[in-house]
Parts: sequence; C-alpha cells; structure tokens
Amino acid sequence: MTQTNSFDVERIRRDFPILSRELRPGVPLVYLDSTATSQKPLAVIEAMDNFYRQSNANIHRGIHTLAEESTALYEEARNKVARFINAPSARQVIFTRNTTESINLVSLTWGRVNLKPGDVVILTEMEHHSNLVPWHILSAERDLRLEFIPVGEDGLLDLVEYQRLLELKPKMVSFTHMSNVLGTITPAQEIIRLAHAAGALTLVDGAQSVPHFPVDVQALDADFLAFSAHKMVGPSGIGVLYGRKELLEQMPPFLGGGDMIKTVHLRSFVPNSLPHKFEAGTPAIAEAVGFGAAVDYLTQTGMQAIAEHEHALTAYALERLEEVPGVKVFGPTAEHKGGVASFYMDGLHPHDIAQVLDRDGIAVRAGHHCAQPLHEKYGIPATARASFYLYNTRQEVDRLIESIYKVKHMFGV
Amino acid sequence: MDDLYRELIIDRYKSPVYRGYLDPHDISFEDDNPLCGDHIRIDLRVDENDVVREAAFDGHGCAISQASADLLVESILGNTLDEVRALTKDDLLELLGIELGPVRLKCALLSLKVLKAGVYGLGEASDDLVD
Repeated sequence: MTQTNSFDVERIRRDFPILSRELRPGVPLVYLDSTATSQKPLAVIEAMDNFYRQSNANIHRGIHTLAEESTALYEEARNKVARFINAPSARQVIFTRNTTESINLVSLTWGRVNLKPGDVVILTEMEHHSNLVPWHILSAERDLRLEFIPVGEDGLLDLVEYQRLLELKPKMVSFTHMSNVLGTITPAQEIIRLAHAAGALTLVDGAQSVPHFPVDVQALDADFLAFSAHKMVGPSGIGVLYGRKELLEQMPPFLGGGDMIKTVHLRSFVPNSLPHKFEAGTPAIAEAVGFGAAVDYLTQTGMQAIAEHEHALTAYALERLEEVPGVKVFGPTAEHKGGVASFYMDGLHPHDIAQVLDRDGIAVRAGHHCAQPLHEKYGIPATARASFYLYNTRQEVDRLIESIYKVKHMFGV
Repeated sequence: MDDLYRELIIDRYKSPVYRGYLDPHDISFEDDNPLCGDHIRIDLRVDENDVVREAAFDGHGCAISQASADLLVESILGNTLDEVRALTKDDLLELLGIELGPVRLKCALLSLKVLKAGVYGLGEASDDLVD
C-alpha cells in the first residue's frame, strides 16, 4: 500500500469536471456507479473536442490534410491501446462498439466457422448477459452444449468442477476476468492455462478488469480479450477485441461494407488485412481519439496505483457496510475482489435504497446488473451496488453509510 | 423524497391490505418488470353484472410497485370491468399521489399493466395498455 501515499485522489478529482457538480444546492455528487460507466477527465473531453474543432475528417484513403491527420490520430489511438494491454501488434486490436459487440464478433465469426452440433463451450455462472446471450444465440443455431463453472457461496469459481468440465473437451472457454456484481477477480491465467492444456481456446471478458488493474494479454496468454472504453475513463461507443493473430486471420469478416475490403467486384470481394477486415464502415473516430487520451491518462496515473487505491477503498467500504445491521454484502472477501460492493438489506427493495441514496447525491445502481442468472442462484431478485474507481474517497464511503442509515430509519427496518 | 415515500406508500408497502390469492377467481394475470425483476399477480372475482367484488394481489418488488398494486386493487372494488378497462396512467398516479421519473414510473405502472391485460384477456401485458 506504499503507493497509496503518492496517489493524490484530490488532484485526480480535479481532473474530472462532473465530480464537482452539485445535484441540488448543497448536495455534491457522490458517484459510486463506475462499474456501469466511468466519468471522464478533462483530457479525454478536450481530446475529442479538439478533434472536432481541428482535425475532423473521415479516415483512410483521404489525401487531404485533415484526412491524414484524422487517420493518424485514429491509428495512434490503436497503438496506445495495444501498448496498454501489451499486445504483440496493434493489428491485433480491433475497434468495436463495446465489449458486447466484441464477444458477438467472436461468437458469430470464429464460432460459426469452428463450432459444430454438440461442441462444448464453457462459461461461468457469474457472466454478464453480454457473455451469455451471444452463446445462447449461436447455440440455437449450432446446437452447442453450454456448461458453466459454478460459483460458490464464497463468490469464487469452483476450479475443481472446472477441471471436470474440461474433460468434455470444450472448444472454447469464455469467462469474465472480474464479476460486475460480486467483484470477484477470477484466476484468468490459471483458467487459460488449463483450457489450453485441454485443447480449448479462451475469451476473456475484460470489461471490468482492463479499467481497474494491469492486464497483459501476453502474460495471460489469452486468445481473445474484450473490453470497452467507457468503463476506463474513455467515451462510450468504442470498445476493443484483441485476438491472437492467426485466429483473427483465419476468421471470416464480421460486418461487410466499406473499409473492411481490399477489392470489391459486383459479385465478390476480397477482405482487407487486419485490423481493417473487422472494421466495416466509418468507425467512431472522435471516440477513438478520446480512448487514446483515456489510456494515456490511466498510464500516467499508473494502473498498479489505481488498483491499490481501489483495493484499500473497497476493503474500507466492506468493513463499514458489514457494521450496518441488516445489510448483507455479496461476493468474496476484499483480497479476491475489485472495487464492487453489491448488497442487500432485509425488507427493502434495492430500488428504494437507490432512490433514497439519490436524494443525498449518491449514485448507486439497483437491479440485477445484467447478471440475472447469478441473482437467481443467490435467490434474490436484485441488489444495490456501489462501485469504486480511482476518483472515489473514504469520505464518499462514509456518506454512503450515513445515507444507508437514513434508508433504514425511513422504512423502519 | 418525502413526497415519493409519503406515509401512505410506506404503510401500504409494509402492511398491504389486499395481498393474497383468490381461489377460485374469474380473472387472474401476472407479469414481471424485466428491468428490475418486480413481479405482480392480480386475481379478481366479478359478479354477473361484471362488477369487481373481490380483488387481491401478490408479488415482490420495490415499495412503489407493491404499494401501487395494493392501492389499485382497492380502487377498483365495486367498479365494472368497463371502468377498469378505461383506467389510465394518470388515474394510477392520482391514487399514489406522487410524481415519478421515467424509471420509477415503470415500477408504479406494472400493476395497472397486469390488471388491464387480465381484464382484456390478453396473452401478455403490453406497455401500450398504460400509455
């Protein structure tokens, strides 16, 4: 935790204009919903603003100065993202709309070509809908066998059962690197090593991991990694699919259109090389520029320092929440989790909790957080979720707790 | 806030008057709010003149959804099915006596959707019923 001393959260907060907003006079915003989407620093807002003021043009094949500038900015963003996850080459970084689209890209291209009826795909019980439904859709088409690594009461994956499932000779193991509900950080390296030993490929849903701690695709040995810019202080509308080069080269194109082709004839086409093969049509150019600025911001702040700050804050939040009578926190102990505290209060629906907290300026999410099967497993319809990022403070956790006591008082529970 | 969670809402949430099942019943319907998992079931008994004589609801969800169901069911006792079919979003909001944003509006309207789908004998509860 020595890094935490040099981690100046007050300075960081000044970089995020929205954090100084008062929701109502005298009620400052306490933003505890970064797992849904993060706030954006001035550097990102200005990069996108400058792009539209100075350089806006469509990318590729333009000769004029603006087209050259915008192409260079777009491709530089790709380079920055590639360095951020230690990809061997920027050509392996495909820009998509978001994590969801990245996973669908894999299921609908790699999956359609490589999976036959009866083939096994392993997921986990704590997946976000974005890593369930694409496989449901493909399964309806290909009659796949979906198997799930169970989640224990401790919020951790059951790796013994996983090894049993691997005996089914799966073709793909697609799993979350960090649960958006439980906060569980999964042992991705171990899951991938075992999958490879069993002959399966792996897809890592990094929507919650890449924003919050250092992720190195080569160290993980991941075949695919999917994540979104908007959860990592970047804009919405752009995400990434990283893939191993030979896999991406073998896969058929995803969407057809401009930019993804090398040559087009009336009755045929030849696809473009990587990464353009998977980027049909005009992409989110300004968003890519903003994404590049976001990656710069996180790199300068230091991903390890961010992870340590969040870890300390989460441990503090869990400790405070557990003091409150009637509050039950879901997920593993602080050592196994990222900055997420999902909780339930006896006799109270999470919507009512979130509504009362909102009056105190506190933004938390209430619902099943796009992980309905996980809530079914725990036998509750919904939870309230507070989540933390680099700009959150202990004072904000204290305000959360005070407000939770207000809810209890109001409902007499 | 104190408007939203006025005493009536918290009272009816914690101590509903019409929670339960009617067995047998003449009309019964249930549905979820997919957004948050709220669930409401409403049972009705009507007489030979199509007047609602008994009504009950069951389900789970937030204070707004459950209190809304309790108040709605109470309000239709003695009404004809035609009168129930004519109920609108505004009628329900008047019963609740609160103003709601777009998200919480769905919580409040679930009971009305369920009631109208049941009375119309529809296969599913469409949002059009409460627009």
